[in-house]
Amino acid sequence: MRAWAILIAVVALLALLPLAGNNYALRLATTVCMYAVMAQSWNFIGGLAGYPSFATAAFFGLGAYASAILQGQGAPMLLSWAFGGLAAMAFAALIGGAILHLRGHYFAIASLIVAEMLRELINGLPDLTGGGKGMNLPILRISVASEAQFFFYAMLVLAFVCAATAIVVHGSKLGFGLRCIQQNEDAANILGVNAYAYKTAAFSLSAVFVGVAGAIYASWVKYIEPPDVFDILLAVKPMVMVLLGGLGTIFGPALGAVILLAFEELVWRNFLTIHAAALGVIIVILVLFLPNGLLSTVRGWLPAKASSP
Amino acid sequence: MTALLTLDNVSRRFGGLNAVDSVSFSVEKGEIVGLIGPNGAGKTTLINLVTGVHPATSGRVRFEENDITRARPYQIARRGLARTFQIVQPFPKMTVIDNVAAGALFCGHAGSVREAQNIAREHLAFTGLADMAERPAASLTLARRKRLELAKSLAMRPRLLMLDEVNAGLNQTEVEDALAIIRRIAEQGVTIIVIEHLMKVVLSISHRLVVLHHGQLIAQGAPREVVNDPRVIEAYLGAKYAGKREALH
Repeated sequence: MRAWAILIAVVALLALLPLAGNNYALRLATTVCMYAVMAQSWNFIGGLAGYPSFATAAFFGLGAYASAILQGQGAPMLLSWAFGGLAAMAFAALIGGAILHLRGHYFAIASLIVAEMLRELINGLPDLTGGGKGMNLPILRISVASEAQFFFYAMLVLAFVCAATAIVVHGSKLGFGLRCIQQNEDAANILGVNAYAYKTAAFSLSAVFVGVAGAIYASWVKYIEPPDVFDILLAVKPMVMVLLGGLGTIFGPALGAVILLAFEELVWRNFLTIHAAALGVIIVILVLFLPNGLLSTVRGWLPAKASSP
Repeated sequence: MTALLTLDNVSRRFGGLNAVDSVSFSVEKGEIVGLIGPNGAGKTTLINLVTGVHPATSGRVRFEENDITRARPYQIARRGLARTFQIVQPFPKMTVIDNVAAGALFCGHAGSVREAQNIAREHLAFTGLADMAERPAASLTLARRKRLELAKSLAMRPRLLMLDEVNAGLNQTEVEDALAIIRRIAEQGVTIIVIEHLMKVVLSISHRLVVLHHGQLIAQGAPREVVNDPRVIEAYLGAKYAGKREALH
């Protein structure tokens, strides 16, 4: 109940942002929402089930390309976005069957290859995807200001739906089973958890919203190419955000997205040449000082409360 | 009497090793069967084979009317076959109550997480862990973790419960407590297979013993007869000692 209240309050507050009328802030907020979606999504498979997936970039790129190709055939934009999400989800369910029996580092490596494989596939199909030249997307015939607002609200709605799904999953049998799998998969199996089905469900959940985010992103920037939408950083950043905010928590991923992007923006503006190194430093500090993320660390500082639900 | 579990000529090979070799026996409803044998006899492998963790390489396992030889562990669990592990397997960071609730939730008896937690509370009371409900499982002592394993399996509402050395590493009083709990479980109509090294414990609790040695079944029957069987004495103590006892009789 408290989680729903927090979610609705935050989203309602963010929805007022366009009143400030600052396109820079709006652009930044759109990016925050996008990364919140990606971090929240990664949390399903990486945080709840404990499978460190690098496939986020693959789902993002697949969603972007699936939607771009469909729009190239003349389909309406919103329908194409939904298609991008479904394509990513179906792909995750399929590829999950092949790699989810691997554990730990082996799974991480296998999931890392998935994005590379898709990138090569798209490079190899220039007739359909434009290959290395990339693809252009239709331009919206509305003013620059209303376009910025439109994409901000699109990402905000997606982030809301994704966080709402996270709240539902956390309290459900699925979330409970995933936590069991994360803690001890063999014991979970013996207790009657269909670990294979649960992991596939988590992997598909980690794909669907990222696919839609990729599709919205493509329409937003209007030009996509493989190195952009299959960028490995798209897989790494959500992980860092979740670790920063709190692994397996409901709002940790979104909080991590806000903190990391704020930090990136500051470093990037002030130290252009060393911002990549700065990201590395954050990761090191995280592992050393905040192994359980900011949320649980802050919770540890607070006086012990009676167990909250 | 009807057989609840039937093993028909089951074998399990690991490379060149016959960990379980053409074993056949059955367990009747309501029995407490003691499964004994020296270290490395294949007792745990036999349990793994029945629960689908390492399926049989040949032979058939039947539970009630169903062939479960090739079934997956979670499917077997949902049919009412529960086990505890020799090396305890809790969900370490989850609370004690959630550990037990998992059993109730995934074996199909509880509709929701909350209902599962209510069921779990009863089993915690039964195993004497009610005070520990909100603590993480990792914080329990070994004796309590063993009881947690029991509570988890009981929450699955099993018809057959396999206890893999629930008493190993416990002191005298803790063993007495555990035995009392096992007897009460049996009184509720649960069929039990106990793997146990403490001979006194096995003899006091089992209706029937099954003895494994080098993966083969070498004897079965009433406890007092089985422990006097020369082949069993030979397996535990060597041929020389067995021969001496023969001469005495």
